[in-house]
Amino acid sequence: MAHAAVHDTHHDAHDHKPQGFLHRWLFTTNHKDIGTLYLVFSMLMFFVGGSMAMIIRAELFEPGMQLVRPEFFNEMTSVHALVMIFGAVMPAFVGLGNWMIPMQIGAPDMALPRMNNWSFWILPFAFTLLLSSLFMPGAGPQGGWTLYPPLSLQGGNSVAFVIFAIHMMGISSIMGAINIIATILNMRAPGMDLLKMPIFVWSWLITAFLLIAVMPVLAGAVTMLLTDKYFGTSFFNAAGGGDPVMYQHIFWFFGHPEVYIMILPAFGIVSEIIPTFARKPLFGYQAMIYAIASIAFLSFIVWAHHMFTVGMPLGGELYFMYATMLIAIPTGVKVFNWVTTMWEGSMTFETPMLFAIAFVILFTIGGFSGLMLAIVPADFQYHDTYFVVAHFHYVLVTGAIFAIMASVYYWLPKWCGNMYSERWGKIHFWMSVISVNVLFFPQHFLGLAGMPRRIPDYNVAFADFNMISSIGGFWFGASQLLFVGVVIHAVYFSKSRAQARVWEGARGLEWTVPSPAPHHTFSEPPVIDNSQLAHGDVSH
Amino acid sequence: MAQTQGAYYVPHGSHWPIVGSIGLFSTVIGAANWFNDGSGLTAKPLMFMGLAILVFMMFGWFGTVIRESVVGMYNKQVDTSFRMGMMWFIFSEVMFFAAFFGALFYARMFSVPWVGGEGHGGLTNYYLWQGFTPSWPTNGPGDIGGSFETIPAWHLPLVNTLLLLSSGVTITFAHHALRAGHRKSLLAWLAATIALGAAFLYFQATEYIEAYQHLNLTLGSGIYGSTFFMLTGFHGMHVTLGAIMLTVIWFRCAKGHFSADNHFGFEAVAWYWHFVDVVWLGLFVFVYVL
Repeated sequence: MAHAAVHDTHHDAHDHKPQGFLHRWLFTTNHKDIGTLYLVFSMLMFFVGGSMAMIIRAELFEPGMQLVRPEFFNEMTSVHALVMIFGAVMPAFVGLGNWMIPMQIGAPDMALPRMNNWSFWILPFAFTLLLSSLFMPGAGPQGGWTLYPPLSLQGGNSVAFVIFAIHMMGISSIMGAINIIATILNMRAPGMDLLKMPIFVWSWLITAFLLIAVMPVLAGAVTMLLTDKYFGTSFFNAAGGGDPVMYQHIFWFFGHPEVYIMILPAFGIVSEIIPTFARKPLFGYQAMIYAIASIAFLSFIVWAHHMFTVGMPLGGELYFMYATMLIAIPTGVKVFNWVTTMWEGSMTFETPMLFAIAFVILFTIGGFSGLMLAIVPADFQYHDTYFVVAHFHYVLVTGAIFAIMASVYYWLPKWCGNMYSERWGKIHFWMSVISVNVLFFPQHFLGLAGMPRRIPDYNVAFADFNMISSIGGFWFGASQLLFVGVVIHAVYFSKSRAQARVWEGARGLEWTVPSPAPHHTFSEPPVIDNSQLAHGDVSH
Repeated sequence: MAQTQGAYYVPHGSHWPIVGSIGLFSTVIGAANWFNDGSGLTAKPLMFMGLAILVFMMFGWFGTVIRESVVGMYNKQVDTSFRMGMMWFIFSEVMFFAAFFGALFYARMFSVPWVGGEGHGGLTNYYLWQGFTPSWPTNGPGDIGGSFETIPAWHLPLVNTLLLLSSGVTITFAHHALRAGHRKSLLAWLAATIALGAAFLYFQATEYIEAYQHLNLTLGSGIYGSTFFMLTGFHGMHVTLGAIMLTVIWFRCAKGHFSADNHFGFEAVAWYWHFVDVVWLGLFVFVYVL
């Protein structure tokens, strides 16, 4: 090791691709390799969680018990959520952050590259643990992803495994978030001021702060579950002076910021894509940053709107209602600015832009149903119904997932050097956007009519909309196979080479490096040319 | 091999993370099997093997970093990254303790009074827990774990407070000695800090034995026992970890790894030590005194 420092400085320009498949992917410290690992893992988990959703929709296709046992249905709703949240959406954003943040701020790599490797390589083990719980005596988790006691504590051996899996996911997220903050604060190229940073980087900076603040709280909450089950503590046992509702408070103190952890990077992505295809700078760049920061701050003080029906004092209900409604203000600023960015732009509608526009419209629908849920007296009716299911799938599927897909289409040519098939990308988009509405829109009506969530059988009155929803579900699920096809085609078979600046209207450092981006970018700090940036001086 | 790319430092690939993942995986599988009353190789032995792998990983990983640091491969930027990493790690630890403090405050302010019929808990008390008068400490209306006594704040806990506070002073003296380049004084003050930490742990263990053997205060003593042992237990684990880290740093100081102006490893451990100190003050006030 001693002579390495002196020796290797002479090899600046070389591409140090390690030899051997296992060696490369297991030991890598390269942000692009690790980003790819995250994205591939996320795609895999998207289909694992998706197949569970297919089982759920198949059982709900008709009233009555058709295909699975109720216990298994409950396992599917619980594990579908855990897999999609911790396995698909969060790793996808971390993967995008890994790939793009160093390139967007002119850094050679992440600040702590070895820890970056560990952040990723914990995840496959954590999900092996989680998924193995389905095959254990006493079956897997059946109490929902929120693991509310006392129900969650009545499970069999799997309780300990699920909790440890969540601990591992938490460790991974915290290390990933620390790395992202250190990278953004410490690795920016000279001249890349905070207020010149791409908005995706800003959104990740704030998201990473949320992650470090709340993942440990989740760890604490599930640790208390563990000791309540195995070591005789009474945290969530009223007979011992504890309170099951206390779990809900601690859980949602994590859970609500967690919801924004899954949407703030999506805001960042959409704020990158819309200016590119509207060929105008982002409207209100600083307002967008303030809005993200305000949303992040508010996320810490609104948690109990998830538990309006649990029996809180009236003052608490009112406070949490009004505080929650405040979130609509910065969110409204964002939607307004996206629309205003498009206003009088010379727009084109490539696949990333289509997904971004769909995001703006459909996420806003999800936001509005959220506003409805924030109203305490109304929530007494909606609580734990399919209205809630429709709401959070609008913000997570047509919000977070659509933004992830938009970003993959947007940056894939930069990653692999080839253009994807625009034709098949558009087919994938239209199939997804139509089917996802067939899937989730009727669930609003089901919920308003009183259909409870997490139930395998239902009143025949709900039959028609459930069948429509299931058809939309199978359609949406099948459409995602197109996405895999488009990505594989672009990476391995496409003959259409991408230029450095893949999109005519794109601005920012990532478009100044060749496509595909070399294994090591910016071995020396790039000179920041303000006219090439998306923000900063150009917007003044 | 590591490369210093132009002005930047980018480390070489490393097998330590995957070793760490295997260690973590084995540890939690072993622990989960043990909790589920499993016996045989896949329970405790697997857990201890996993922990051993984690220790091995830390030796290897930190060893690599120390070697790279000693030969001068790290520049100012790497140093800042390490500092930020440690600061945000400590912040995450603060939030971990916040969850347990939150549980303590919630139980004392809300759940115990409500079960006792205060506020909007009248019906709960009337139908479910009639006759229960809220108080603190309590093991709840079900008298979970049987009646118990608490550790008086102004005996051992006070001694422990003084021990930890003094250790915060001694480690600062050690830091000043390091910056002044007085290695003997540095090693002495650092050794004093470790000794104070060890004394703290000894008294904490004494207190636990007293609680279990004479006071009937256990982890199962309702919400008081739960919050008491979780908070002090996790704090004790952190002191143990901190003391181990200080010991490692003592040996590194003895080997001359640190210079007057470049000693982040020392500072990181000092920050961590102050953090466990501050958590203890919170514990002393809210768990023992009030």
